[in-house]
Amino acid sequence: MNAAPRADWTPLALVAALALGAIALIPSMPTWVTLTVAGLAMGMMIFLMASGLTLVFGLMDVMNFAHGAFIAVGAYAASSVLLAMKPSMQATSVLANLSAMLPAALAAVALAGALGLFFERVVIRPVYRDHLKQILVTMGGLIVCEQLIHVVWGPDIIPLPRPATFTGAFTLGDAAIERYRVFAVLVGLAVFAAMWLVLNRTRLGLLIRAGVENPEMVESLGYRIRRLFVGVFAAGSALAGLGGAMWGMYQESVNAQMGMQMLVVIFIVIIIGGMGSVGGCFVGSLLVGLMANYTGYLAPKLALGSNILLMVLVLLWRPRGLYPVGSA
Amino acid sequence: MPEPMLALAGVNTHIGQYHILQGVDFEVPRGGLTMLLGRNGAGKTTCLRTIMGLWRASAGSIRYDGAEVTRLATPALARMGIAYVPENMGIFAGLTVRENLLLAAREGELDERRLAWIFQLFPALQKFWNSLAGNLSGGQKQMLAISRAIAEPRQLLLVDEPTKGLAPAIIANIIEAFRELKRTGTTMLVVEQNFHFARSLGDTVAVMDSGRIVHSGAMAEVAEDEALQTRLLGLSLEAHQ
Repeated sequence: MNAAPRADWTPLALVAALALGAIALIPSMPTWVTLTVAGLAMGMMIFLMASGLTLVFGLMDVMNFAHGAFIAVGAYAASSVLLAMKPSMQATSVLANLSAMLPAALAAVALAGALGLFFERVVIRPVYRDHLKQILVTMGGLIVCEQLIHVVWGPDIIPLPRPATFTGAFTLGDAAIERYRVFAVLVGLAVFAAMWLVLNRTRLGLLIRAGVENPEMVESLGYRIRRLFVGVFAAGSALAGLGGAMWGMYQESVNAQMGMQMLVVIFIVIIIGGMGSVGGCFVGSLLVGLMANYTGYLAPKLALGSNILLMVLVLLWRPRGLYPVGSA
Repeated sequence: MPEPMLALAGVNTHIGQYHILQGVDFEVPRGGLTMLLGRNGAGKTTCLRTIMGLWRASAGSIRYDGAEVTRLATPALARMGIAYVPENMGIFAGLTVRENLLLAAREGELDERRLAWIFQLFPALQKFWNSLAGNLSGGQKQMLAISRAIAEPRQLLLVDEPTKGLAPAIIANIIEAFRELKRTGTTMLVVEQNFHFARSLGDTVAVMDSGRIVHSGAMAEVAEDEALQTRLLGLSLEAHQ
């Protein structure tokens, strides 16, 4: 029996090439380090928000624009907990800060996950196999959620200061690296590692990977793909909530439109990565995060367009994304 | 007369506005290999997909092993012992050969003796055990698809055009594998365009045209009657060989 299949490292090399290529354009090394860490942190948070959506698309071919609502709801749930635990947030101890951040993350995950379950049952289920209706009802659902957020939390932007020990920056030589960005990178890496382990080392992961490729065949082997899908949908929504909470603290404010604002970037990441591919979503997120930060510094007017240009270039190279799912 | 493994009575299937199956009646005897023949567009694939629950019958009855299964969902039918190999083979290209087979073992472990038997039938699979299924040749993919269907003992095997686009050597391998499956008592319903393949394996035959069964009976009867072949299938055996 031959050896295990070789992994495709080329897309990951593209991330390194982008980062190294930027050295030539950015004259100051400390600035490059700061931008690179900022780009990686942004990429990790985008990954948290996008990874669930790519699985949902791959598994059941569902275009869920309401994913933005899970991001916003997660951010608001976390903000409620964090603002209620202000003394812990302002304490200069990491443990005290984490004692507020952990329940906030749990609240974000729980509320966004519950909302995801509700959405799957009430909004998504009646429109399976019909993309046009999916776009219409999930976009409508997103707008309704935004209005409900206004009803529950009020229409104003809620300021969300970062925990005391996560404010400020480390200095590495002459480069300033924000502590919160390092934290975001660590959380993103931990979530990616956990997802990778589940997808590649467990039977559940094997079923999800197979289901993303060919749900009908998974059913023909005797598995109830609908149950699997509901679980993945809820988990993906919960992750979006966690991503929203992280993003809210990163922006130091939350607003009802933050989910919708992120949707364009999330869809770019999913398309770049290959729809349904978690690994592709991870690499795509890093590329988008880095590109946004480098162009934001070098040519601010191109910042938004640069990610679309990146998507065009990737699709010219690999028309089905960096890691296309299933090509039997 | 023993009860057939599978019996369809007046089965109708609509796909959108199209009325594909228009009252299909036929039986698949236990332990035998039934060939479902017919021209392109006759409704053969729809028939298999309807049996497997992938498309819902709008009228009629499907009985499997004595039980009414018309309204059952696909996973329930699979758990009752029906395996399906679709026309496009339905392999998971991003998974390895091992992972593809592992999915068929619903208890989570492949039976070593059965695996050895599968490797005997299709030695190429052992060679490419850890390769991505998407990298296999067309013939190897078909071997994998059939192996996945039989990785656990099944009572009824539904196979859609197993020889389509394959080289003669691979077809010979598949013929041998099906003969071995017949010896184990597995009942098979095989959709096929290649009449030579059908004649060499089939015990009984059902011929479809325009969503209906227009002939059913022993394969030997059709194989020996060229006029009947021409009338039913629009071909002469000699021309097809």
